[in-house]
Amino acid sequence: MKIDHTQPLEYSTEQNQLNILGFWIFLGAEIMLFATLFASYFIYENRVGNGPSGGEIFEITPVLIETFVLLTSSFTIGLAINAMRLKRTKAMLVFLGITLLLGLGFLSVEIYEFMHYYHVGATLQTSAFTAILLTTLGTHGAHVTLGLFWGLFIMIQIKRRGLTPATANKSFIFSLYWHFLDVVWIFIFSFIYLKGMM
Amino acid sequence: MEFFERFAVPHPSPLIYASMVAIGLVIIAIIAGVSYFKKWGYLWNEWLTTTDHKRIGIMYIISALLMLFRGGADAVMMRLQTSVPDNTFLDAQHYNEVFTTHGVVMIFFMAMAFVIGLMNFVVPLQIGARDVAFPRLNAISFWLYFAGAMLFNISFVIGGSPDAGWTNYYPLASNDFSTSVGVNYYNWALQISGIGTLMTGINFIATIIKMRAPGMTLMKMPMFTWSALITNAIIVFAFPVLTIAIIMGTLDRQFGTHFFASTNGGMDMMWANLFWVWGHPEVYILILPAFGIYSEIIATFSQRNLYGYKSMVGSMVIISLLSFLVWVHHFFTMGQDALTNSIFSITTMAIAVPTGIKIFNWLLTMWKGKIHFTVPMLYSVAFIPLFTIGGVTGVMLGVASADYQYHNTMFLVAHFHNTIIPGVVFAMLAGLTYWWPKMFGFMLNEKIGKWAFWFLTIGFCFSFFPMYITGLDGQARRMFTYSEATGFGPLNMLSFFGAGLMAIGFVIIVYNIYYSFRYSPRNVGDDPWNARSLEWATHNPVPEYNFAVLPQVESSEAFWDYKKKGHKLFPDSIKKIHMPNNSGLPIIMSGLFFIFGFSFVFYIWAGVIISAIGIFACMAYRSFEKDDGRYISAEEIKETEDKFGGAGQ
Amino acid sequence: MKQKWALLAFIFTMITVLIGCEPLLVLDPKGPQAETLSNTIWISIFTMAVVVIVVLTLLINMLVKYRASKQPDDYEPPHIEASPIVESIIIGIPVLIVAFLSVVSVVSTYQVEDVPEGYEDQEPLVIYASSSNWKWHFSYPEQDIETVNYVFLPTDRPVEFRLYSHGPITSFWIPQLAGQKYAMADMITKINLVADSPGEYMGRNSNFSGEGFAKHVFNVTALSPDEFDTWVDEIHATAEPITEEKFDELLEPGHLGQLTFTGTHLEFAPAPEGEHGGHNHGSDDSHSEDNEDTSEHTNH
Repeated sequence: MKIDHTQPLEYSTEQNQLNILGFWIFLGAEIMLFATLFASYFIYENRVGNGPSGGEIFEITPVLIETFVLLTSSFTIGLAINAMRLKRTKAMLVFLGITLLLGLGFLSVEIYEFMHYYHVGATLQTSAFTAILLTTLGTHGAHVTLGLFWGLFIMIQIKRRGLTPATANKSFIFSLYWHFLDVVWIFIFSFIYLKGMM
Repeated sequence: MEFFERFAVPHPSPLIYASMVAIGLVIIAIIAGVSYFKKWGYLWNEWLTTTDHKRIGIMYIISALLMLFRGGADAVMMRLQTSVPDNTFLDAQHYNEVFTTHGVVMIFFMAMAFVIGLMNFVVPLQIGARDVAFPRLNAISFWLYFAGAMLFNISFVIGGSPDAGWTNYYPLASNDFSTSVGVNYYNWALQISGIGTLMTGINFIATIIKMRAPGMTLMKMPMFTWSALITNAIIVFAFPVLTIAIIMGTLDRQFGTHFFASTNGGMDMMWANLFWVWGHPEVYILILPAFGIYSEIIATFSQRNLYGYKSMVGSMVIISLLSFLVWVHHFFTMGQDALTNSIFSITTMAIAVPTGIKIFNWLLTMWKGKIHFTVPMLYSVAFIPLFTIGGVTGVMLGVASADYQYHNTMFLVAHFHNTIIPGVVFAMLAGLTYWWPKMFGFMLNEKIGKWAFWFLTIGFCFSFFPMYITGLDGQARRMFTYSEATGFGPLNMLSFFGAGLMAIGFVIIVYNIYYSFRYSPRNVGDDPWNARSLEWATHNPVPEYNFAVLPQVESSEAFWDYKKKGHKLFPDSIKKIHMPNNSGLPIIMSGLFFIFGFSFVFYIWAGVIISAIGIFACMAYRSFEKDDGRYISAEEIKETEDKFGGAGQ
Repeated sequence: MKQKWALLAFIFTMITVLIGCEPLLVLDPKGPQAETLSNTIWISIFTMAVVVIVVLTLLINMLVKYRASKQPDDYEPPHIEASPIVESIIIGIPVLIVAFLSVVSVVSTYQVEDVPEGYEDQEPLVIYASSSNWKWHFSYPEQDIETVNYVFLPTDRPVEFRLYSHGPITSFWIPQLAGQKYAMADMITKINLVADSPGEYMGRNSNFSGEGFAKHVFNVTALSPDEFDTWVDEIHATAEPITEEKFDELLEPGHLGQLTFTGTHLEFAPAPEGEHGGHNHGSDDSHSEDNEDTSEHTNH
């Protein structure tokens, strides 16, 4: 592998550049995926059948915690990438670790939230509205879950192999993914929760 | 025993039992054959684990041809059943299953695979690259497609085929009205192969954007590569919509949600909308590469540069954008107001403009040319008038009010076959014949190829033109039979006759492959067609590294420049080349996906969980794996090049 | 190549002959809506025929003139860049054709969605046509009768069909009177039509709806208004009333012959319109008031 030292580590080989471009294209597909979910959500929003509406089941506290936690994790992964650029492996691992812990926190609160929906009688089967709500949140949650494992694997690799073009590349792509999930959450927060509670 | 009862076919018939036996025998024959000739190692090392885009392309094409025969058998059965009034060859349920699988197999597993196969083989060669951007991902794409195709194809012998049409409209496709596991198969087969297709889209966009030969700017790419780029962009933006629609369908059928039900807030029209938001771009995913292939072939055999390169590119870009804005024309009759229908009617007809530009550009490419009627050119020449008829009937269907009369009739069936067969299928056969010497180092017999061409073309006309008339006479599509009083009989018999001719045409093509394999001369040179683009600048068949030296490009016809204008194509000397390693992971992972899908179809949760863990284990393994590929040394390359006679230097 | 043109000519003649000897249903209209559609179809056929002929002529010209066998061996085709004039012609003419057809499309679409011209002042006869697997139920609220698998219409009076489905999506189609429209479970769609000559017409579901789809048909009979009234009176004198029990029996999947009842099923099983429309369909009454405000947009 030819390594180009004028570029940041994550861009330093040809394959690295391809990987990053490829991942951006993948994010394009992910945008379409969530856009379809949002479009469907807006159509089903008021089709609540016999079930509750959004305003009746949304709880502000867990949602605010989730939002705060996930936004913070987006900040910490930015710090991790910054540390990577400065070649400070240890700081990077610490920030990555914090990011993943925050992700785990987000996921726990989301699981609590789902339990709450279950208890108030808003399950997948209740109505088209609850189904699309849980599908949209669940798709995002599944992405976060996958991200937790992925991030953990990357941390292990950095620990074992140090900062190489390959591990730097993976970390950078993972940060793109994590930021993207954050952006999706902002949309979920605004257009599902806030809109539903207003 | 109870566990196995679920696998029984709900509507058995002698035909299905015969197919079961035939499938069993073929599998045994393949296993016995490979074992007898001791080819397992060769098969595994050279093909099943390969990451070489050329071999993956060939595997796609072989699968596509297999699927063509599966879908073709369905087609002949349908035409036979409707050839005479009140026929009892198939009953309603079987007919419904047959036309459903015909549509799904032909669109997803034949046409898509054929298109992607040719893209795989040709695009890296046309842009002077060694491979695609992500060779391993490419193998995963193929094997996911293959897993999906196999999953779909076993449905008719295990558990029953889907029977709600390839459009799979709800609530017909819901548990209430489609009680077998067929639609589960539909969901999982399409979901799995759809993931593969999406990965292909990402892979090829990255390849085409980043890996072009030095000097090849975007506006110097060969037209087929342009069409591939735009097609893959459509794939990336359209397929996620299908993913979500199928997830919703799966939740409805297997987890009791009410997305498309008529109770608890569900909405049956939602499926139709989501399906066609993906479905209409899908049509252009198929036809744009075909346009690209025709552009290459018409220019080559007219010995002229492609007329209007810029407008060719521009029209494809416009088509790709418009393709996302017309989906409502698939259901003008769903009760939207006249304004909505008017808007979508205009966007639909607007597509005729860029398509018209392309037709005239092809005609003008022949102008002042020197036209050689080879088999690929014959297909292209037949394509122009036949596709024009398909296109203008499309415009007729785009007139919203008139569509109230064409919709759901044989007129529509005639229209889309009139675009897909001369458009896509002819392009694939033309492209296959055209690039065949690049793939295998010998040419397909021209004389036999021409016989096949005439059978297909004439068969096509007999098969589908009568449907325009029966459609206007009120024959709805998807009717398994009709009464004598309707008067549809003679024209349907004509269609059956045409279908028979087409079937003979395809058999001739298979015979041609066999005949040419046995008897065609092997010394055809690197450039048997006197072609224009880069793929012809390397050897026949192509060495694994494609080009010993990366080509230098100055126009969209670099190889033509080299031949006619003394352009220096390979200015560098031979250096070591980096190549990807083979990997067994893609086929193993797809095998797990197959088990995952199959278990899900039948609600076998243990299988679902185990295979899901396996899939994640594969992904984790891939994450930790260190695979930097390998190098082919300069000496080895020189040796190979010398064996080829050093041509292309 | 000659064989192919001979073939195309043969097919073309065949088409003309077939159209000549027995008119195709769609092109043999018996009411103003179907006539508008038939005219629209003919306009588009003629316009498109011009396109096909132009392309064919150009193609034949190119193939005949520039085939290799006609060129000297040393002929080298020139490199030709696209000329802006030619390009604007091949863009401009299709744009004009599409613009023309767009106007035709928009005007005729509005026309067939409305009550036919000249009949606006009459009050339309409302008939609810609902499909079940694999039957059509026709309810005449005004006449208070219900028929299965056949429908009688008075001539020269606008008829408003209100369509919905008790099962899969179906499509209500009487080719000689009007274009088709979907019948769906959670909303009402409408067809306005007029039959201007008495006669029997074929009607069917054209949208695939499962096993019995092929025979999912009904008969349409157009009668003079007087005869229509007589027919209604006769039914009131002879037919049984429809009951909820009987209606549920009718909904069972299968085929039935032609049946006649007094009363309509709308009384105990209302159509999905108004408060019963959209997502309210299938929910119990206590909830349906809450969602009144949203039912409108689903009935667009």
